[in-house]
Amino acid sequence: MSRHLLSIDDLGAEGIEEVLKLADSFVEVSHRDIARVPALRGKTVVSLFYEDSTRTRLSFETAARRLSADTMTFSVSTSSVKKGESLRDTVQTIDAMGVDAIVVRHRSAGVPHQVAHWSTSAVINAGDGWHEHPTQALLDCYTIRQRLGGVAGKHIAIVGDIKHSRVARSNILAFTALGADVTIVAPPTLLPPSLAGWPVTVSHDLDAVLPKVDVVYLLRLQNERMTEALLPSAREYTARYGLTRARAALLADDAIVMHPGPMNRGVEIAAEVADLPSSVITQQVANGVAVRQAVLFLLLGSGASRAA
Amino acid sequence: MAERERSLAPPHGGVFVPRAQVMDGEDLRRAITRIAHEIVERNHGLDGVVIVGLQTGGVPLGERLAEELLRIEGVEVPTGSIDVAFYRDDIGLRPVLPEAVTDVPVDLAGRTVILVDDVLFTGRTVRAALNALADYGRARAVQLAVMIDRGHRELPIRPDFVGKNLPTRRDEMVDVTPEGVTLGDIVVTP
Repeated sequence: MSRHLLSIDDLGAEGIEEVLKLADSFVEVSHRDIARVPALRGKTVVSLFYEDSTRTRLSFETAARRLSADTMTFSVSTSSVKKGESLRDTVQTIDAMGVDAIVVRHRSAGVPHQVAHWSTSAVINAGDGWHEHPTQALLDCYTIRQRLGGVAGKHIAIVGDIKHSRVARSNILAFTALGADVTIVAPPTLLPPSLAGWPVTVSHDLDAVLPKVDVVYLLRLQNERMTEALLPSAREYTARYGLTRARAALLADDAIVMHPGPMNRGVEIAAEVADLPSSVITQQVANGVAVRQAVLFLLLGSGASRAA
Repeated sequence: MAERERSLAPPHGGVFVPRAQVMDGEDLRRAITRIAHEIVERNHGLDGVVIVGLQTGGVPLGERLAEELLRIEGVEVPTGSIDVAFYRDDIGLRPVLPEAVTDVPVDLAGRTVILVDDVLFTGRTVRAALNALADYGRARAVQLAVMIDRGHRELPIRPDFVGKNLPTRRDEMVDVTPEGVTLGDIVVTP
């Protein structure tokens, strides 16, 4: 693993497999009475979130604490950013305190790369604009592997707002790197302007895709998309692309339903579908902690990365 | 010493070149039989005894000890394995990644744990293992069984059951396989 985790591309298939294998050990740790190991004692992990988040920030902080690292939270609303401090000054201030890892989320693509450039710490991308969210993709791969035995050869449909989704981008990279067959299903207005070079199949017909897939991965539909006139209404979106009860019945028996959260129940996923046994949405959250522990340990703990 | 230890010990990336065989497969078998008897004797039976092998070299030895205990006492002893990668004190100093997922089959509270490793050297792995075991419950006692005690301890740790005491130089390597125990050197290939 390189010194930072900015993109799934940094890892490649081999790097992804390394994270997933290590996550197995942390899942075992999580089942113990004392779910904490001393692996990163004395290390400090800072979460620098310029965008709202509950699960990702909590997941990273839980992961860091279960490795005995110290955690600091930087939230924009209570910081000097309010006084107009630039991103660069903020990063250098944090860096000067002697931290070991910075977990960054920002509304603009490429910010984690910038931070990595300015800082001497390991930088982990926790979501940057429409670009990437690599740890989400890793935990999704882990969840698929856990439920279906592996990612290679699986047929995965990613449904929804592909254009504005960093989750979709990281997941497409990760799933295809591991040898899955990915179909993206979305209205034309929610597809990126060009799909050249994306190793995916495109469909606008969810009903035709569902019976053939092992995994249906639903993306969150953000309300802004309606005000931007990319969609006529949430109701119309649900009618054509929502995973309703009737559509869920089209899925194969062992197929699973995934969602990165937070869900809009009743929009991209019917309320009762989210609670079906085939829905692995809460497992995704649980696995997120173990997978992020694996990432933190690889970046900060194992000297292996230092030599690389 | 396990493959992992070899690749981790300086000089990094060296190759193990065997020099002298110190035990053969038969010696190893007899040592395991003797240690099994000593375990039974020390603990007045096998009540509450659990075997935990250290990844990687201690795991097959732990399993063989369990088989031997079943043969001589007719008792099936719960057997697990533990990987101490997350507990080492040299994290960050050298590559440390777990080899396998830790598998401790029972709650250790009130039990007697026989910790098994192939080679006892500095004692640091055992120190890490003791910390790791504590996270699975408060064992009544922990006893240490090793096939080879090669000296050079850096911590106050001593084994309860030893296959063979083998004086070594610090820079030598001890390799334990089912076929026997070999003393050799790490040679860096250009």
